[in-house]
Amino acid sequence: MAGESFLYQFNALAGGFFLLCTFGMVATRQVQGCLRFFVLQSLFLAASAFVLGLRPLSWHLLAVAAINVVNKPILIPWLLRRTIPEEVHTRREITQVLNIPASLLIALGIAVGAYFLTLPWVSLAGTSYAGVNIPIGLAALLLGAFTLTVRREAVPQLLGLMAMENGAFFTSIAIAPELHLFVELVVAFDVLIAVFVIGVLTTAIHEHIGTTEVGSLAVLREESSR
Amino acid sequence: MIVYAILVLPVAAATLCWIPATGKRAAAPVTFASSLALLVLTIKLAARVVAVQKLVAAPEWIEVDSFGALILVLVAAVGFLACLYSLGYMPRTTHNRSILHHYYGNFNLFIFSMVAVPVVVSPSLEWLAVEFTTLLSVLLVGFESNAEALEAAWKYAILTLTGAAIALFGFLLLFWAMQKGGGSSYTWAGLAAAGAKMPPEVLKTAYLMILVGFGAKVGLVPLHTWLPDAHSQAPTPICALLSGVETTAVLYVILRLMPIMHPALGGIVEEWSLIFGLLSVGVAAFLLIQVHDYKRLFAYSTVEHMGIILTAAGIGGAAAHYGAVYQILAHAVTKSFCFFAAGAVLLVVGKREIASVEGLVRRSPLAGSALLVGALAIAGAPPFVVFLGEFSILKAGISQGRYVTIGLLAFFLVVAFFGILLHVNRMVFSRPAAPVYDRRPAGAPLGGPADDPNLPAAATLDERWSGPADDPPPEAVDFASPRERQLIPLSCRVTLLLALIPVVVLGVYVPRPVYELLSRAAALIGG
Repeated sequence: MAGESFLYQFNALAGGFFLLCTFGMVATRQVQGCLRFFVLQSLFLAASAFVLGLRPLSWHLLAVAAINVVNKPILIPWLLRRTIPEEVHTRREITQVLNIPASLLIALGIAVGAYFLTLPWVSLAGTSYAGVNIPIGLAALLLGAFTLTVRREAVPQLLGLMAMENGAFFTSIAIAPELHLFVELVVAFDVLIAVFVIGVLTTAIHEHIGTTEVGSLAVLREESSR
Repeated sequence: MIVYAILVLPVAAATLCWIPATGKRAAAPVTFASSLALLVLTIKLAARVVAVQKLVAAPEWIEVDSFGALILVLVAAVGFLACLYSLGYMPRTTHNRSILHHYYGNFNLFIFSMVAVPVVVSPSLEWLAVEFTTLLSVLLVGFESNAEALEAAWKYAILTLTGAAIALFGFLLLFWAMQKGGGSSYTWAGLAAAGAKMPPEVLKTAYLMILVGFGAKVGLVPLHTWLPDAHSQAPTPICALLSGVETTAVLYVILRLMPIMHPALGGIVEEWSLIFGLLSVGVAAFLLIQVHDYKRLFAYSTVEHMGIILTAAGIGGAAAHYGAVYQILAHAVTKSFCFFAAGAVLLVVGKREIASVEGLVRRSPLAGSALLVGALAIAGAPPFVVFLGEFSILKAGISQGRYVTIGLLAFFLVVAFFGILLHVNRMVFSRPAAPVYDRRPAGAPLGGPADDPNLPAAATLDERWSGPADDPPPEAVDFASPRERQLIPLSCRVTLLLALIPVVVLGVYVPRPVYELLSRAAALIGG
């Protein structure tokens, strides 16, 4: 039983760091920093999947952990480097939609809201892990969406998108561990294609428009009298 | 077997397009052949499905029923027409002629992703297929690589992928709810078996997340903003695919979920669908009035039609479900025709702005009449297919006593009718004050600098006509037809003709097998 409680505490720690990394993505202005937080977030997701897979032993979850370790911290940064020119990676946002303290405050509100929203589900799930994973997963999903709206650079927007998916899987490892492994594999592949496609698009935007500050693209508007 | 062929064919064609040595030359004919074969195969499949109800290729993974077969046929038909149209249109208009084989390769992959949506029966694979429809069409939307197209592609990718991430959470919750309800296999059938035993508090959130997430992809109102951009900036054949069938392929998933959610959630399912549907119809109808770009006009009309279909599904009952399914068919054939007509206008005029098009019917009788017919058809004028769909929805609603819903819907439809016809009427019939003639030589790419120095023979005509504004231009000069033949390539003219056939014929006569397919599909979304 002592082992159980240790695993539970370890999972709670991983969840806490997972959420902290998501906050980091909201708060960092450097593209590189944002990427680092995303990689860390994915590692904590893998850690949580690993812990949940230990008892009762579930090869599914251990495989999910392995897929996450290979896919997000290694393949995605590599693919980003391959597709997007170096100059974009070293960028830093100068203009901001919202300043950092304000966006962190809103992010805090979102995280607290996610806990309240998921209270009925946690009691329904009935396992101790679910109490950590369900609210944190939903919080990461919403915070990822929030990152998308406050970041103006292309790469952080993409990372916000993938943080949303991480959030969805952080919840799913606790509530739906029996999901087909095949599906997990294809989703991992799908994330890679998403990175590739958006990378190609970002490069094209960088070449043809001369900026990757996608938040300020506004040629296509209804009011414009062309 | 035939299902596997349908799935493999586009992928094989895409591979052939990307073979380095031969791909460049072979891309267009290969795509044409594969899309024609796909159309034949899907029609054969649909005929078989009508006979045997359900075709199972791989149990719990790949199965096709009537509703799926309907979507398959529509995707293949619009895909074939879009490919035929591309043959003449793309070389004429694109700036990227050297990488046109990428266009065809990507085109095939996009078709593959849309074909995958109605054949898989596991919601998790369904999510993947929808995600792939975005990923494989983003680069097609941005194919022209100019600032507008890239911006449109970016907004399209980010908004719909965000929607997909939200929907992913919804689908994972749905899986959990199914397990709690005692279901064993995560398929439509497995979900239906779990039915009322699924916990409503989880299911409600799951449904809302899927509705909002995939609603972004369908173009339902709170998250529709990307749609007019992407559906107007993409190359015209892609617009036809995006607007005509991609939206309905995603809507298919939402419609599939409604009867599954109903036993556990009750009337909420229909209520939300009504709210989102009416909101989309209303907002789109009013936005239609103030557009400046005629491709955007048809894009907003897509938002409107998605709203109509969702409203019909929300009204419920066999007649309304039949109306919804009929409207899916009507929208797919009519909207693709509208975009083909808009493409013809773009070929003749070279500009997207509504204000730049005047007296189109004199300048190009073909493009002008096609645009007019398309606008009348999509707005819901009587002899065409959309009219029949909208009429049956309104009738179904009235016979159920849903007067407020139907009153609102009818009002929005009238506003949209007015909005579309207002713009198109001006474009087609207004008398040009000072005729702005296309100064490009036939065959030059569109959208180049307006002050192109190499003026062709048309410049002399221009000089003749650019007199004072009160000097009326000579009526109906007969030079229009030979010019037109140069401006609109043969493949585009053939496409317009072929696309017109279902728009007109299905409006007055629904053949027996089509009726069978539609009513079976309607029964499926009725649960």
